[in-house]
Amino acid sequence: MAEGVTPRVKVPKKADAGEVITIKTLISHPMESGQRKDSDGNVIPQSIINRFTCEFNGENVIDIKMEPAMSTNPYFEFDAKVPEAGDFKFTWYDDDGSIYEEVKSVAVG
Amino acid sequence: MKFKAMTAVAALLVAAPIMGMADEEAELVVNGEIEMVTKTEPPAHLEGALPEIMSGWRFRSDETQQTQMDDFDNPGMIFVDQAQAAWDTAEGSEGKSCASCHNEPASSMEGVRAVYPKWNEEAGEVRTLAMQINDCRENQMGAEPWKYTGNEMTAMEALISIESRGMPVNVAIDGPAQSVWEEGKEMYYTRYGQLELSCANCHEDNYGNMIRADHLSQGQINGFPVYRLKNAKLNGSHARFKGCVRDTRAETFKPGSPEFVALELYVASRGNGLSVEAPSVRN
Amino acid sequence: MNFSRRETLGLGLGAMALTILPMGASAATVDELIAEFTGGADMADTGVTLTAPEIAENGNTVPISVEAEGASEIMVLATGNPTPPVGTFKFGPLAGSRSASTRIRLATTQEVVAIAKLEDGTFARTSAEIKVTIGGCGG
Repeated sequence: MAEGVTPRVKVPKKADAGEVITIKTLISHPMESGQRKDSDGNVIPQSIINRFTCEFNGENVIDIKMEPAMSTNPYFEFDAKVPEAGDFKFTWYDDDGSIYEEVKSVAVG
Repeated sequence: MKFKAMTAVAALLVAAPIMGMADEEAELVVNGEIEMVTKTEPPAHLEGALPEIMSGWRFRSDETQQTQMDDFDNPGMIFVDQAQAAWDTAEGSEGKSCASCHNEPASSMEGVRAVYPKWNEEAGEVRTLAMQINDCRENQMGAEPWKYTGNEMTAMEALISIESRGMPVNVAIDGPAQSVWEEGKEMYYTRYGQLELSCANCHEDNYGNMIRADHLSQGQINGFPVYRLKNAKLNGSHARFKGCVRDTRAETFKPGSPEFVALELYVASRGNGLSVEAPSVRN
Repeated sequence: MNFSRRETLGLGLGAMALTILPMGASAATVDELIAEFTGGADMADTGVTLTAPEIAENGNTVPISVEAEGASEIMVLATGNPTPPVGTFKFGPLAGSRSASTRIRLATTQEVVAIAKLEDGTFARTSAEIKVTIGGCGG
């Protein structure tokens, strides 16, 4: 697991049923591209988050395949429909097998 | 000598902006609620030196500017979250955390960033925020000091700065701090390095012009620590000073050195009246 | 001084272009990646939007947005990077729009391509030229 990985997610606390809301996510991660060399000239191996998903009450909102060209501390902004009250679940998948999760609840009404 | 140095500057500068510049009239409002002063009257001591003082935010592209306008777009906020965890974590021989003495930063750190660097009567010295943080770590917590420009330090400075966002920078330059401030001023106008450049040559005489593909700012530090797109982390003002002095092709001073403490006090005072923005976003 | 300057540069993406590794035999070309995504189908010139700055202040963090009405997936390729793939956005049943924004790395000035796979089985393509500048000061 990359050190000190911290997710940061913006989701409104409340929405109307059926409303479309905007979600922003950030996570601290070096996204080591595999293109860089250390000071001894050795290639620093690739180590990135390779996939991000967002689900609401188990149903998919977005599923993003991430490549080394994504910037350090990856950021996403996207829209989601909120059919009813429930939980957004955000999941980041690291090359090293680590999984980082964050859950945000939304009330309806 | 002066002629030579001027040639060096001229070679680096292009008068006509080549990059799409931000809207000159754009205003910085963070999270739709914190209204920042990014352009204002200069403090009295700058009389005649600058017609107005401007935050570095004004010199950035639209995209970079926008990144600072929402705390969920601003990647610097990740490190504020991390520093909050560090704030609550006991370290060192005394078993204390920052919170043991200072409770929550929201209640105890309001307005602190705005007045640093600041004279410390007990210690008889001008202290930067980073010096004060390390003093707490060593003498109150019995913990190891942090590296002056390291990630833990810049994150903690950002956490503390959050509680002053939108407040005007207001460092004291008179009284016991005056002699240090004078030293800093002397440095600001001293030409360093093989390129024989002073801070003023770029940031007072040529702000608004291009230096290669970069838009020169006034070198204000009201936004420090800043998240730079270039290295994707928070950067302290002394790290920036070091980079600048190095770019003049000089041997540089060390972050945390008395020279850079004096320079920080002076440069901070040039921004008296601008809002504390940290953590800001720059290129 | 030289050494630390070099080290600092080595950390920046500016150095990326200088230290690009030779393309591995397995690295797919832009054409191959597109063919794989579309199955060789024709691509319409309209129907997908790619929003990006004309000039990026730093190639390390370039904001982009993609949008395509009725898209099930949008793939983004940076044609001038040592490895072109950037990411593929798949929209699920609860997607509130067929759009997304992110920040990407560009090694140099180049064309960035977005290809949308639409729900009716057709494809749309667009591209944007993004100029990447090298800053004035290494600091």
